[in-house]
Amino acid sequence: MTLLFGLFGLFALAAAACGDDSSPTATSSNSNGGEITVLAAASLTDAFRELGVAFQTANPATKVTFSFGASSTLVTQINQGAPADVFASADLANMDKLTGAGGAGAAGTPIAFATNKLQIIVGKGNPRGMAGPADLAKPGVVYVTAAPAVPIGKYAQQVLDKAKVVVTPKSLEADVRAVVNKVTLGEADAGIVYATDVKAAGDKAAGVTIPDDVNVLATYPIAVIKATKNAPAANAFIAYVTSAPGQAILATFGFAKP
Amino acid sequence: MLVLAVVAIVFFALPFAGLLWRAPWRDAWSIVRSSDVRDALRLSIVCSLWSTGLSVLFGVPLACLLARVHFFGRAAVRALCTLSMVLPPVVGGVALFFALGRRGLVGQWLDRWFDIRLPFTMAGVVIAQTFVAMPFLVITVESALRQLDPRFEDAARTLGASRWYTFRRVTLPAIRPALIAGAVLAWARALGEFGATITFAGNFPRTTQTLPLVTYLKLESNPPEAIITSLAMMAVSFLVLVALRERWLGGITASASA
Repeated sequence: MTLLFGLFGLFALAAAACGDDSSPTATSSNSNGGEITVLAAASLTDAFRELGVAFQTANPATKVTFSFGASSTLVTQINQGAPADVFASADLANMDKLTGAGGAGAAGTPIAFATNKLQIIVGKGNPRGMAGPADLAKPGVVYVTAAPAVPIGKYAQQVLDKAKVVVTPKSLEADVRAVVNKVTLGEADAGIVYATDVKAAGDKAAGVTIPDDVNVLATYPIAVIKATKNAPAANAFIAYVTSAPGQAILATFGFAKP
Repeated sequence: MLVLAVVAIVFFALPFAGLLWRAPWRDAWSIVRSSDVRDALRLSIVCSLWSTGLSVLFGVPLACLLARVHFFGRAAVRALCTLSMVLPPVVGGVALFFALGRRGLVGQWLDRWFDIRLPFTMAGVVIAQTFVAMPFLVITVESALRQLDPRFEDAARTLGASRWYTFRRVTLPAIRPALIAGAVLAWARALGEFGATITFAGNFPRTTQTLPLVTYLKLESNPPEAIITSLAMMAVSFLVLVALRERWLGGITASASA
């Protein structure tokens, strides 16, 4: 019992020590305004990593930290008070959760900076010989998608609705990259993802084109979060994303201009 | 000392108070009765009981082996069999993928020869839960066996009892409190299992979407429902822990102090 008390005491001391340490660092990072945190949709992972490197080369004093995930997850985190400066969503609905009632709010109006089309992702060499959305309903095809709140989950359902295909997914994954992984690992046969994700998967997967009349154009908005402690750097990052060099980087990953 | 203990109690009580404070009590009943929450609850209970059963079936012999038989590499085997307890569950899920997935070390043969696929099935959930839960039973039962005076069993054997009879009538009653405690710990761990489940078994209502998964997803789409499902899990676990402590676990403290 004494040991137990002692342990709790140690924890309390450790916690107190950490609390004391953190305050000076927090003020020092604010003083020169050199750090921002960007929360971005999972489908932007590779493009934004490269964009971040280019941005930091152009602005050596600024340090950018990224966190990627489902736009729905990220906006929940922001609205719960996660310290972040910029939010890039894969759809307008999740951006609305930031700017709408009960949201953490944006500084200024969100700007659309990229668009993306959807494709069916299949295993390397398309072993099931898929040709279009209708083949997803073929017996024995393991189809996975994302939860309905996640942008890709909603877009994928829109494609299926337009194509009048009824298919029950085997799983509702957390974000688009989880869908890609299930296919590249061979656990699932197909999923509907962004064209940029198929491209990013390289030779581990193949893409099947979804005809334009049933395809969906995903629009990506970006905004500075109202609670930012570093508005100049956050605005500079968004300016870079929408600038010619920023758009050129996005284009190499397969994103189109809005 | 008392102050620190109270701090610890507050530390544990505060998160629950937060949940209770935010809970939408008026809608609580309709949320619990909503189909996806009810399905998840049923699935959680069924799967966690299955994995508890499997943990007892395989864990008790394993504990006997580790406690009673001296063999080369026993320490390494014990570490291996309890590794999943300290491993991040997501890592466990990924490891299960490469072992039992459709392209996994063993999984590819299950798929090819028996047409058995574990990911995206209830069996996959049970396996993921058993993988993380069984060590809790093993270490509890093993330590009880180590404390058990082997002379009782020796006496039974010299009086002509068979190995099985001795185990059933001497060993088992002696370790009963530990066995129940271990089973409860394993069950609670299985009930709360999230990481390995969503990684290995995926997430789909009625087949693999357990209560923790539905809670996590609802947090994005419908936070009030997430609070209610959290409270439901908390209530079930709390009641079971209290009931067991009173009715069965008393034996442990009694034998420990004797």
